[in-house]
Amino acid sequence: MSAADTASPPRRRPTSPRSGRGGGLGRLGAARELGVLLALAALVAVTAASNSRFLSAQSIQDVLLSAAILVVLAVGQTLVIVTRNIDLSVGSVLGLAAFGTGELLSSAPGTPIPLALLFGLGLGALCGVVNGALIAAARVPALVITLGTLYVFRGVDHSWAAGEQINAADMPRGFLDFGTATLLGVPVLALLAVAVLAVVATYLRSYRGGRELYAIGSEPTAARLSGIPVGRRVFGAFVVSGALAGLAGVLHAARFGTVDATVGTGIELQVVAAAVVGGVAIFGGSGSAYGAALGALLLTTIGSSLAVLRVDPFWQQAVVGGLILAAIGLDRLLAARVAGRPGRRRVLHGA
Amino acid sequence: MSPQSRPTPVPFRTGAAVLALAALLATAACSGTTRGDDEEGGGGDRATAEADPDAPLAEGLAVAFLPKQVNNPYFTVADAGGATAVEEFAGEYKEVGPSEASASSQVSYVNTLSQQGTDVIVTAANDPNAVCGALNGARSAGASVVTFDSDASPECRDLFVNQATAEGIAEIQVQLIAEQIGGAGQIAILSATPNATNQNTWIGLMEEELAKPEYADIELVTVAYGNDEDEKSFQETQGLLRSYPDLAGIVSPTTVGLAAAARYLSGSEYRGEVALTGLGTPNQMREFVADGTVESFALWDPADLGYLAAYAGAALASGQITGSEGETFTAGELGEYEVGADGVVVLGPPTVFDAGNIDEFDF
Repeated sequence: MSAADTASPPRRRPTSPRSGRGGGLGRLGAARELGVLLALAALVAVTAASNSRFLSAQSIQDVLLSAAILVVLAVGQTLVIVTRNIDLSVGSVLGLAAFGTGELLSSAPGTPIPLALLFGLGLGALCGVVNGALIAAARVPALVITLGTLYVFRGVDHSWAAGEQINAADMPRGFLDFGTATLLGVPVLALLAVAVLAVVATYLRSYRGGRELYAIGSEPTAARLSGIPVGRRVFGAFVVSGALAGLAGVLHAARFGTVDATVGTGIELQVVAAAVVGGVAIFGGSGSAYGAALGALLLTTIGSSLAVLRVDPFWQQAVVGGLILAAIGLDRLLAARVAGRPGRRRVLHGA
Repeated sequence: MSPQSRPTPVPFRTGAAVLALAALLATAACSGTTRGDDEEGGGGDRATAEADPDAPLAEGLAVAFLPKQVNNPYFTVADAGGATAVEEFAGEYKEVGPSEASASSQVSYVNTLSQQGTDVIVTAANDPNAVCGALNGARSAGASVVTFDSDASPECRDLFVNQATAEGIAEIQVQLIAEQIGGAGQIAILSATPNATNQNTWIGLMEEELAKPEYADIELVTVAYGNDEDEKSFQETQGLLRSYPDLAGIVSPTTVGLAAAARYLSGSEYRGEVALTGLGTPNQMREFVADGTVESFALWDPADLGYLAAYAGAALASGQITGSEGETFTAGELGEYEVGADGVVVLGPPTVFDAGNIDEFDF
């Protein structure tokens, strides 16, 4: 956990955005994202060398579109993980919001797309409120609570759907087109994900509330003693994570056009993997939304390039796991290099 | 078994049933001589009855449909087909069933139906063995038992109405893709998981089919696996198109894979360029047939399945057939059917859906 220690932001609120991470710490943060970027570049280079069509416009569009949903989820998860919590219910929230949106659009086809997005956001936020309230009231680790709500939300989804499936023909054409539309060659869904990323990343990096999330994750007791409203901040993080999962649900419905009660099952582990690969420390207090988004992009690209490289399907999962470990390894190596000797000392200390 | 239940969509589970059936057929050759004895043991008073092909269908038969679970759209459609048939032969129709498709959930329903003196029980077994005792109890009490969609063990039912054979499923898909690519070119298969036995059986049979001289110009370049997940199926479809730029068509024998591939093609530059077919439900594919991404695809019609099962039950209860191989009966407007080995009746080749007929179906 050396990286977590070295990247811990100062506990007192920063006086300016730049001082948030301090000189050396800021460089380290940049290096981590650089590590993921390098891994991504290496993967793209290898795949493109074997099949140049991997770099075609359609192919790049496909990867960006595929990554959009995972990026939104990973960014939301980052908010929670930096506070030393975890939200395992995001897959179920996504499923619930996807089905709710599908139901809304099939019963009221005239619903404008922004309203559908808001509906998903709201439904997700509601789930986030449930998570946050339970965690605040029960004082039980978020892992346990969200593991419970993972099943509760999925159960609600199942009983709501009652075996029904919403198909592309049930949803308005405009909404489906929104799922594949591009603006200047870039998928709209990806632009939306980038907008979410920019807002969350800026909040985490430059706003008092965001910095306090890091402080809570670094040392909750100290954060509480220094007057940070820990309960309220954590609650807020869960609400936002839920809302973003809800938004991702709407995007899922638009992108795939087929929604039933099983949508998003198991995606929570991919989300956590994306955040961790992107340098968000699982024990809180460090990492950036940009890193998590890059992690999501890397995982998506791994999936796409394995399909292009025609890796033996029986081995694919093992290869994905191996590539994740390799990406993390590269990241750690670079982090230690950039941090130099003090970094290494901290590695020993941390271990 | 519903195609709508996505973790294990219909072709997957059906395939398991088809495969189990194939195994049963294989053993039937050895056990054929003892089968009559089994029937005498389990069938009670009907065991000694001779089949009378000319017997009229009895009126007022109490026919009960017991699906894997109620509120499942696939069975809602299948049972509605059964209701139509029961109305035609002037019986009494009812549908009962558990809300959850667990192994033992159907037992109490079978027992209740048996006590109520039901003449025909038509069921899709959640588990081949769990309902066995209860079904045999019902048969001793005089009920005729027909399984459809998913078979129970052969010794505890009179007939199994099978939706399609593995050969039929493989044949129709090869035929469809051949038509759509004009009989020549590269094709790929987008399957579910690499370990799905039913998918692998179909793929094997499709390869055999493609080896026939009339398909000599078609080359199967690879099999990709979308794991019945939307995202993975998308990525695999993309991978196929990148890896094989001359690809003329994709066959996806799984509902999730077919819908995902169609969704991808419809929003990409390949729409209309690359043919796509496979097994899917009309509701799922309606949009993609309308926008021209998919010309035609196949699946059995669950309403016909329920309809045939109801007539098979009525034929049993009226003494037209006893469930032995070679007997024939007429299933209303579907025409005449013959009982195959091991008490299996096959609905027939899968139904092909295209722009012309897709709007007649709602499942």
